[in-house]
Amino acid sequence: MSQGILQFVNFSFKYNAQAEPTLKNINLNINKGEKILIAGPSGSGKSTLSNCVNGLIPFSYKGESKGQILLDGKPTDKLSIFEISKYVGTVLQDTDSQFIGLTVAEDIAFSLENQCVEEPELHNRVKEVAELVNIGTHLKSAPSELSGGQKQRVTLGGVLVDNVDILLFDEPLANLDPETGKKAIELIDKIHKKLGLTIIIIEHRLEDVLWRSVDRIVLMNDGEIIRDEEPDKLLAKNILSERGIREPLYITALKYAGVDLNEVRDVASVENIQLSEDAKAKVRTWFNLDVKKDKPVYEETLLEAVDLDFTYESSRREDVGHHALDKINLKVKKGELLAIVGKNGAGKSTFSKVVCGFENHQRGQIFFKGEDISSLSIKERAESIGYIMQNPNQMISQTMIFDEVALGLRNLKLSEEEIKERVNETLKICGLWAFRSWPISALSFGQKKRVTIASILVMEPELIILDEPTAGQDYKHYTDIMNFLKGLIKKDITIVIITHDMHLMLEYADRAVVFADSKVIADDKPSKILTDEDIIKKASLKETSLYDLSLKCGIQEGSAFVDHFIDYERRILEND
Amino acid sequence: MINIFNYIERNSPIHKLTGATKLIVMLLWSLGAMVTYDTRILAIMPIISFFLFAISKIRLKDVSFMIGFTLIFMLLNNILIFLFSPTHGVSIYGSSHEVFSILGPYVITWEQLFYHLNLVLKYLSTIPIVLLFICTTHPSEFAASLNKIGVPYSIAYAVSLSLRYIPDIQREYHDIAQAQQARGLEMSKKAPFFKRLKNGAAILMPLIMLSIDKIEVISNAMELRSFGQNKKRTWYTEGRFTKWDIVAITLGLALVVASFVMNYVNGGRFWNPFIR
Repeated sequence: MSQGILQFVNFSFKYNAQAEPTLKNINLNINKGEKILIAGPSGSGKSTLSNCVNGLIPFSYKGESKGQILLDGKPTDKLSIFEISKYVGTVLQDTDSQFIGLTVAEDIAFSLENQCVEEPELHNRVKEVAELVNIGTHLKSAPSELSGGQKQRVTLGGVLVDNVDILLFDEPLANLDPETGKKAIELIDKIHKKLGLTIIIIEHRLEDVLWRSVDRIVLMNDGEIIRDEEPDKLLAKNILSERGIREPLYITALKYAGVDLNEVRDVASVENIQLSEDAKAKVRTWFNLDVKKDKPVYEETLLEAVDLDFTYESSRREDVGHHALDKINLKVKKGELLAIVGKNGAGKSTFSKVVCGFENHQRGQIFFKGEDISSLSIKERAESIGYIMQNPNQMISQTMIFDEVALGLRNLKLSEEEIKERVNETLKICGLWAFRSWPISALSFGQKKRVTIASILVMEPELIILDEPTAGQDYKHYTDIMNFLKGLIKKDITIVIITHDMHLMLEYADRAVVFADSKVIADDKPSKILTDEDIIKKASLKETSLYDLSLKCGIQEGSAFVDHFIDYERRILEND
Repeated sequence: MINIFNYIERNSPIHKLTGATKLIVMLLWSLGAMVTYDTRILAIMPIISFFLFAISKIRLKDVSFMIGFTLIFMLLNNILIFLFSPTHGVSIYGSSHEVFSILGPYVITWEQLFYHLNLVLKYLSTIPIVLLFICTTHPSEFAASLNKIGVPYSIAYAVSLSLRYIPDIQREYHDIAQAQQARGLEMSKKAPFFKRLKNGAAILMPLIMLSIDKIEVISNAMELRSFGQNKKRTWYTEGRFTKWDIVAITLGLALVVASFVMNYVNGGRFWNPFIR
């Protein structure tokens, strides 16, 4: 093997604050020009690995390391973080916080400014790079005027100005809607091909990254590299799902159908996969299995929006007449799990804010159980409708779990005895009973999320609206959260989820409402929506790979195929 | 873009000056207006500043709020001085020419009126210049100008970062406040003051936690992009120096020199017309 641009040799790392090493005996060789995907569940050490590559370890996070990392043959412990950043450009996960400049141009120029690059080179280079990442027309825009995808392109530009050799992406898809995520993967691929850079992508959303080919997938688990293989070989095995990584849906379907993937070529791409007639026949036979379940029918309308119009004050004042919500008609049925999808800025969050009374609509009506709630205050509506924000840190204001969950009840001035009883009851439902006397700071992200859900549940609402409940969660935690929510439905709580996650909507939602340009453009079963090319395009969604597979196998009823997959999977899960 | 800076895009010679020039002239100008009570200089300054304001193409209505605010402040300042020290002018100028008497110690004297006139002139000379700086300097240029006049770039950049993140934090505060209200937190005027103060703290805690998360990301992102590598840095938004920048700074310097010279000639900060 030739000497790679990046090598880990028997490398281990332990954070000072931790007893156990986070990385154990890592050996990894990455050649110049390769494109690598590093996958693994949360806590597997993939972020630590990336911090070791870009120099944040040991410069920002302290700890003990053993072994060596060689960057272009040089041991990194002899280099400063500035020297390392000449080689390695890092695009962090949070597209918003890492935007440093007041405008796009300044943000791209940031690194050059720090290296004292003078005029006219400074302006020329910024312009050149901005063109490369398709942001050239927004040079003077402030971050608040950009979408998440645009911000990410600016950050990418900000590291490309440095002529780096290696580009490191830390969960690049985390905050993007499906269509934007697809574009991001395409852009990364374009830059890989055009500039011949070495690309390292850390991501657990495997299917989305594989939209464009990668050379190798490095699978991490518990601080170790457990697989380092070509995607075609790795996907043919069952190791991904065993390690809590979601494999692409079409792969799962092929496995359910009993197709031996070791004999199939180009497994890693649903576009290019070479299925034999025999394999296609197997899929068709599987599709004809009867696994249908009787779907519950939801009759009673819980929440209804009629011709709802809303315009934000700022656009009202400037008289631009831009509606954030435009004649929204929407019903939420009692006992269902409804998904609201659509690209950022389409009106999804605005809708939930109007429903909760955070904003007041200008026209139309909102009914809850048949009563017009338009004149009720935030507090009054909160008695029946709970709203859970995306980031639990936005909601948590107490230091102890018990106090946080009790906060709403204390505001109602209930007796301490009753509070205790209701809080304890809720903590048990949410699986937090064992932690009741813990400080919140000791909890993981997923547990904090539960605390925020508990703090709303304790108020006994009939409807809960959750904004992106699974964002940034790996498959295991995602499944935990969703099963928990499913359990709440059994307790007669209706759930509305705002999400970008197409899997979530397919697998868990009874129905999906699609927002695009402030309007509702579709209201149907998720399997219908994700097989309708017109809606997918209008709302920047992503078609499911199951649909592509069904077409490949000559199955005409795409949405029935998707339904079949979901029903089959549910049956397997129930039998477990 | 950002409210406190209120940059107004116009095509004027003032806009074309570099941010550093505008900052230096504003500081010199304020210094000049501060050190002297020489009425002759204080009478010329408002004329020049009104003239500069006119050529900046900033309209009065653009800044009406800020003007109103400072004028009210000026009025209050004058009233308070008179209430607490009605004979201030007499003690400064060493003579007393009574105009009329109101009540007890409250006697209107020409000296006192003259002192107030000087005070008003000081306001009138500085307000337009400060407004000009605020309205014609792009926020991005501000950090560059601070650095240019000798403020270390890490501090200058901290200013720029706060301009960048203030709108984010405001939005965050708004979101958190709504979520807390939904849990029954009373933030309206219905709640007593101390209760509201305590409830405000319930919003601060999440806000601080979120900001700490943010700071970690920002400082990592900055370090990964070479912030702090050198003792100096260049600035993308730094404008180019033209002869007009030199003219402007010279004007500012001339003014400060004139103020100090007049203080020397007058033998103190005050020019006294009453001893002729």
